[in-house]
Amino acid sequence: MLVFIIKRIANAAMVMLAVALLAFLIFRLAGDPVELMANEQMSQADRDNLREKLGLNDNFATQYARFVVNAAQGNFGISYRNNQEVLGLIAERFPATMELVLVATFISLVVGIPMGVITAIQRGKWYTESLQFLSIIGVSLPSFVVGILLILVFSVSLGWAPAFGRGDVVDFGWWSTGLLTSSGRAALILPAIALSLYQITLIMRLVRAEMLEVLRSDFVKFARARGIPRWRIHFRHALRNCLMPVVTMTAMNIGALIAFALITETVFQWPGMGMLFIQAVTFIDIPVMAAYLCIVSFIFVFLNTLVDIAYAVIDPRLRAR
Amino acid sequence: MHDKPVLEVRDLQVDFPGRHGTVTALSNVSLSIAAGEILGVVGESGAGKSMTGAAILGLLERPGHIAAGEILLDGRRIDNLPDHQMEKVRGREIGAIFQDPLTSLNPLFSVGAQLSETIRQHLPMTKSQARVRAVELLAEVGIPAPSERVNHFPHQFSGGMRQRVVIALALAARPKLIIADEPTTALDVSIQAQITALLRRLCKENGTAVMLVTHDMGVIAETADRVAVMYAGRLIEIGAVDQVLRAPSHPYTRGLMASIPALGARVERLNQIDGSMPRLDAIPPGCAFNPRCLSSGPRCRMERPDLVPTAHSTSACWLHAGGTA
Ligand SMILES: Nc1ncnc2c1ncn2[C@@H]1O[C@H](COP(=O)(O)OP(=O)(O)O)[C@@H](O)[C@H]1O
Ligand SMILES: [Mg+2]
Repeated sequence: MLVFIIKRIANAAMVMLAVALLAFLIFRLAGDPVELMANEQMSQADRDNLREKLGLNDNFATQYARFVVNAAQGNFGISYRNNQEVLGLIAERFPATMELVLVATFISLVVGIPMGVITAIQRGKWYTESLQFLSIIGVSLPSFVVGILLILVFSVSLGWAPAFGRGDVVDFGWWSTGLLTSSGRAALILPAIALSLYQITLIMRLVRAEMLEVLRSDFVKFARARGIPRWRIHFRHALRNCLMPVVTMTAMNIGALIAFALITETVFQWPGMGMLFIQAVTFIDIPVMAAYLCIVSFIFVFLNTLVDIAYAVIDPRLRAR
Repeated sequence: MHDKPVLEVRDLQVDFPGRHGTVTALSNVSLSIAAGEILGVVGESGAGKSMTGAAILGLLERPGHIAAGEILLDGRRIDNLPDHQMEKVRGREIGAIFQDPLTSLNPLFSVGAQLSETIRQHLPMTKSQARVRAVELLAEVGIPAPSERVNHFPHQFSGGMRQRVVIALALAARPKLIIADEPTTALDVSIQAQITALLRRLCKENGTAVMLVTHDMGVIAETADRVAVMYAGRLIEIGAVDQVLRAPSHPYTRGLMASIPALGARVERLNQIDGSMPRLDAIPPGCAFNPRCLSSGPRCRMERPDLVPTAHSTSACWLHAGGTA
């Protein structure tokens, strides 16, 4: 068991090193950092000084190692654009993205699970078939189209919710939340729906497939024979046996949602990490881009590893000694 | 036996409409079971034994349905009840035990939770009363340390112990009838006898009627009071166990009897009936058994024999109905 955990963590570390290499290469390939940072009036001596200070005269391996060590300590350098600590910039935006992602995840579970159960138990009815069909549309519609449609209908035509921004936020230490103010909640709802749509269909399809499998099992047949009512069998006995893969997928997809949020944040002008990244791209703000890449990958790899380990712990064959 | 039967099945027919026409899986099945009586149902795999049980429980898989006949429980028709009423019959008045105890229980709930759930579904009891009852039931089916075991999960029980839990679940609301579909087939031989003995004891103590499905004539000989033999979706012989075992009147029953080694006798090899049972969509005209029958005559290939009383039992064979095959 311990060996397994160590292996998984080593694996995750390897992946992170590869990601760091990629981020580091962006630095090298995007042009001379000194040229990017320097202004017109800087003398050649100043430039050489800066080059020396940034360690750009060292060889490739040394620079990469320094990058990894710094990144591991949360030091991603200074933003080229506004001379702020990159980590601080990201930390400022992180709560907005996380809140969006978590609310979207919550919506996708609350909507997706019952839809999956219903399409499984009412198979063949016209309304479940239409749900299935709609879910295909849900998967194939690009999320910026969904976002724009939502804005058109609910912000522009109906005026129910704001089309951009985060509303008022309340600060708790370095974390800021929009959940506690009505304008914050109103601003959150449309982007969260836009972001959750794809996830809803994924969860619905997963639950449906799992349910169909579980409903064929003997213990469901035996529960029927014991006179347990249908709804109780479906929502208690069968659904509970489906939840493990749903929890797994949800946890793993949080990383993917953070990445997807980039588009949603742009459409809704949501002040999250994704927006920060897009702005960084337009200004060729390499340290911010590299930090974003590393942090999102880290969340991704961290969740995957956690789920893998949790699986091994929960597996009854291991649990039963 | 002059008691009014607990279960009465009359001319039951089960159809499966399909793309290539309707398949009749059961036809003209008639049987009855009295309180405290064990009716064994035997036949080769695919004969329709499980189907008969499923029809009685109202658990036929769609599109299968009862196309003709009726099923009476204590004189009340149950074959035409809507599902929400049938839910009150299943578990409450008819208990069921299936073949595989390893998969009959929900792995995520303790056996106590599953027992309490069943008890409270059918009887007006509080949680704590149901808990007490669950422990009593586990004790009744011979599970040691029941007050501890009640909190355990299915995977913590052996196969035999799990089947005892399944029996406890079937008994939870004291049903009048238990349908046990091959309850020992999936178990170790050493445990099979214990489970059938337990079933028999509980049936006699509580006056429960039992339909015991098996393909093992040995189990029938040890456990059942009467026996019904099925072949290709029909009953072909039914009668008291000692009569049928001593003097089987249908050639198929005789063949089945020959396939179990007599107690004490040394057997060189088991006699199997040559050939195999026909598929439901390819049942030969006349007696369904005639292609495999050693005593068949021209009449057997043209007309289907009905069940008629013979000296020892009731059987469907021209040898007894008309004297000639
Ligand atoms: N869903 C179904 N559709 C059509 N035929 C079925 C279906 N389920 C079972 N059958 C057929 O019904 C017959 C009886 O099956 P069953 O009662 O399970 O036999 P057994 O006597 O072994 O318990 C078999 O020939 C089987 O092929
Ligand atoms: Mg069967």
